[in-house]
Amino acid sequence: MQFFLEVLVGGLFAGVMYSLVAIGFVLIYKASGVFNFAQGSMVLFAALTFVSIVERGIDFWLALAITLAVMLVLAILIERVVLRPLVNRTPMTLFMATLGLSFVIEGLAQTLWGTQVHGLELGVADVPQQVAGISVSRFDLFATAVAASLVLLLAVLFNHTRFGLALRAVAADPLAALSVGVDLRRVWATVWAVAGAVGLVAGLLWGARLGVQFSLSLIVLKALPVLIVGGLSSISGTLVAGLLVGATEKLAEVYVGSLWGGGIENWFPYLLSLVVLLLRPSGLFGEARVERV
Amino acid sequence: MSHESALVSSAPVLPLRSRRNVWPWFALPVLAVALPEVGSDYLFSAVLVPYLVLALAGLGLNLLTGYTGQLSVGSAAFMAVGAFAAYNFQLRIPGLPLLVSFALGGVSAALVGSFFGLPSLRVKGFYLLASTLAAQFFVEWVLTKFSWFTNDNPSGVITAPRLLILGHDFSSPGGRFQLALGVTTALTLLARNLVQSPVGRTWMAIRDMETAAAVVGIRGARTKLQAFAVSSFYLGVAGALWAFAYLGTVEPHGFDLNRSFQVLFIIIIGGLGSLSGAFLGAAFIVLLPIALNQLATAFFADVIDVGHLENAQKILFGSLIIYFLIREPEGLARWVSLLRQRFASTSPKPPEVN
Repeated sequence: MQFFLEVLVGGLFAGVMYSLVAIGFVLIYKASGVFNFAQGSMVLFAALTFVSIVERGIDFWLALAITLAVMLVLAILIERVVLRPLVNRTPMTLFMATLGLSFVIEGLAQTLWGTQVHGLELGVADVPQQVAGISVSRFDLFATAVAASLVLLLAVLFNHTRFGLALRAVAADPLAALSVGVDLRRVWATVWAVAGAVGLVAGLLWGARLGVQFSLSLIVLKALPVLIVGGLSSISGTLVAGLLVGATEKLAEVYVGSLWGGGIENWFPYLLSLVVLLLRPSGLFGEARVERV
Repeated sequence: MSHESALVSSAPVLPLRSRRNVWPWFALPVLAVALPEVGSDYLFSAVLVPYLVLALAGLGLNLLTGYTGQLSVGSAAFMAVGAFAAYNFQLRIPGLPLLVSFALGGVSAALVGSFFGLPSLRVKGFYLLASTLAAQFFVEWVLTKFSWFTNDNPSGVITAPRLLILGHDFSSPGGRFQLALGVTTALTLLARNLVQSPVGRTWMAIRDMETAAAVVGIRGARTKLQAFAVSSFYLGVAGALWAFAYLGTVEPHGFDLNRSFQVLFIIIIGGLGSLSGAFLGAAFIVLLPIALNQLATAFFADVIDVGHLENAQKILFGSLIIYFLIREPEGLARWVSLLRQRFASTSPKPPEVN
């Protein structure tokens, strides 16, 4: 029982880390209907930029500010160069464009900052700690606190600010939003910038654990099933889906995967997301769509 | 929301014409016989064979994504199924003709492909990513974990047998080229007939507007699974050729997610929903890295290292994808058809296209 609980808790924490990446997706999807495959490379780009600036002897907070500024510039560029010309094209076209974008950003990040692995220290040690008789990593607790505050912050941003209102308007009906004077381009650029900032947070937490390196961009593949289970359009739903995916993935790996020598972590979340899709085609928390001809 | 889309408007890339140019079909056998006499081994092993195989794979994916509108990022998984199935059929059934085992590899891939296509009956668009990515990771895992598939080879690598067809040995670089050319040509002809037949028409109807297609009586479920099966068959045969005719030895990780992306890029650059697009896109994707490499070694040998080159290539490919999606969603195939129209003396000048 003790072991089961520890696996479960470990999975839940892993799920929090997945959700951190997935939240960036949901933001962009809600605002522009784009399934942004490049979110993983944005995580890499943000983390790599931050680490490289810090390594040049610049203060932590200043480096954070500079990185945020860089992500803002990147977001504006993406809106200008990629999104604006693709307005009104199919979701599939937009997805493929972000696939191309992910190649560009990965190449750019590594051309600018090199390909070596950077260590990252956030001042929270990855040491076990006893909480209610279960040993959990202090870093995991820290990451969860960060994720929780991030979700709260985003909830406030969406529900209690003018920008949030504009964003929800765009999400509900871009044309109607446009007609009442919402600046679609600004909303898009802003939301990509916010997604970049979320990517930076995710990149710092993942980078502190795995080292800042190319493989960071691959966590996009961990976030995808979370998104699909969550249903693409609800931030809190994504968090719940993250917990679900993380927990079931780790439990399956330990209790089922061991029968075949392990390694089922790679595909199990996708299997889970398929089962969810077959039962509820728009995810657990997604909005069902009505098709008209 | 507007329903105008890149995929919908790509239909005229393949116009139905009664007067078709037939001379390329006569040129092919000449090419197949004459080229191996004059070409270098490098040309066959590093350029032409991978080109033909990737073109075939692109063709297969195009049937699914370009013609039926079902996005897939699991092409490499179906190639892997084809390669490993063909290998095992060869290994376990003595005396089985090579081409039959290719076909059986394709059939195995078609079965696996239709299985992973099942969710397309319930979901669409990028939700289908989950299914094709599941195929990608699951197939790779199965082939790595169960050593039966690799005949218990400790390093998980399969080695193709000698390429004997009717007593003729195709193992030389020129022979491999002939084999790849023959298989690719036959399957391309088949695909051409398929997309112009009622089957292809129903695929395109599903792509263009699924609900409307259902209203006029097209059975969506059957059509989609059919497209998944045919597409995976092509990918499976391409995978078998990749292992047998191109590399000779292959491991499951040779068919990873990046290979799937590569096949997807071929049809985006070449032209979604166009048969010639797969060939143009494959030429582009095979030749560009070679050209870049040559350029770099010729001019910047001491400035640029391999890592830089790889990143530059990534940026270039990514930018090209975005460029083509924005400016030319019908890909290189459209450029070629414009050129052809311009050179055809009898036809009127085509309208200016930017």
